[in-house]
Amino acid sequence: MSAFIPTQSTLDPAKAIYDHTVLAGDHWVHEVKAGQVLRIVDLEGNQAADTLFYNAHDPLDRYSACDTIQRQSALYLTTGTKLISTRGNELLTIVADTCGNHDTLGGACSRESNVMRYAFEKESMHACRDSFIRGVQCWSHGLGKRDITCNINFFMNVPVTPDGQLRFADGVSGPGFYVELRAEIDVIALMSNCPQLNNPCNAYNPTPVRVLIWD
Amino acid sequence: MSELIYTLELSGAGMWSRIIGRHKTLRLTDLDGGANVGMLLYHASERHERYNMPDTLKGQHIFYLRAPYCVHSDMGRLFASITEDTVGWHDTVCGASDARLVQAKYGEKTFQTARNDFHRNGRECFLIELAKWGLGERDLVPNINWFSKIVSDDEGKLSFVSGHSKAGDHIDLRFDMDTLVVLNTCQHPLDSDPVYHPHRVKLEVFNTEPPALDDPSFTVRPENARAHRNTDDFYLLAR
Repeated sequence: MSAFIPTQSTLDPAKAIYDHTVLAGDHWVHEVKAGQVLRIVDLEGNQAADTLFYNAHDPLDRYSACDTIQRQSALYLTTGTKLISTRGNELLTIVADTCGNHDTLGGACSRESNVMRYAFEKESMHACRDSFIRGVQCWSHGLGKRDITCNINFFMNVPVTPDGQLRFADGVSGPGFYVELRAEIDVIALMSNCPQLNNPCNAYNPTPVRVLIWD
Repeated sequence: MSELIYTLELSGAGMWSRIIGRHKTLRLTDLDGGANVGMLLYHASERHERYNMPDTLKGQHIFYLRAPYCVHSDMGRLFASITEDTVGWHDTVCGASDARLVQAKYGEKTFQTARNDFHRNGRECFLIELAKWGLGERDLVPNINWFSKIVSDDEGKLSFVSGHSKAGDHIDLRFDMDTLVVLNTCQHPLDSDPVYHPHRVKLEVFNTEPPALDDPSFTVRPENARAHRNTDDFYLLAR
């Protein structure tokens, strides 16, 4: 990784129109209107904020990890990255980032993948897909598991080596690090604040994140 | 390899979808060199269960596919094991081309002007075949691009490796679940060839034996052994 130059934001939290803390292991669903800016703050550091976005007016048009990678010919998300939908539309643009490395290859944990990855006795542990399912059910457009696609992991570090190995490394995020996204169209954000305890994605200690929105 | 039960030559920018039963093997052969096969997979009877790029990668600590790795579903199970592979590197992070990309790269060629040489794209081919099985946009997820190699530098910048797959190269997928296979032979979205030139591929299906417990797909990673067991459990309970 070359030296990362953080991009700071000038937005004042006191002037945000929305300010909410998503507790460790909880889900969060909220609309971000075109032109509004969403900031996600890693309050205590090394937390993975698993996030999906949908066109608020047509949820069939939703965040696509592979279209985002393809459009930018790049694996990691940082300032300037445009988040692309399954129909090829720009959903949001990352406009500030003090962390520098957000993943979109690693997907979300699920009870089923925890069994595959770790052990049969991990099945009962709380996992992101369950939070995502509860989140879309609460949003209620008749959406469900089928609508949970490959997400972004804000603040998570999944380096790929030139010889094609995938690593789950210690996070590069720290307390107070944040990422900011400007919505290009009205979007619904769906977040699972990851409860994973089996790998270093949350430093084995899931913690809250703060979400703020500015007009 | 045992009995050959099906064979088809699929033209460039062709599309195909069929259900292939557990323990049958699909062989894809690149006839001309430079082919790309975009593929999505769904559980034949439970179609909400589908190919999962992240679980396939993180379950095996890899960024690409090759033998003897497996193709994982989003339910901790396996669609297929790669039992033969003369290529050694297959992309699964770049998705498919769409109409916008094909027009920008290759210009416009419509049915009205070019008849059946008109320009097709991977996304529309997927959606056309998915619709025949009651599936659609909700079911579009990152796909596999067999025969295509994409490498990342230290900063995550991607590049397409041209000349990767040669004429006669093939891969074998032994299915572990009854699987709806949806595929097309459109070019890779990051193909550096400036010419619209999708290549033909031969499809063959064989009846094959179930894997033994020392099959390389089990032993390459403990995650795969557990995924094999999850898959076997599904059939133990369902049948």
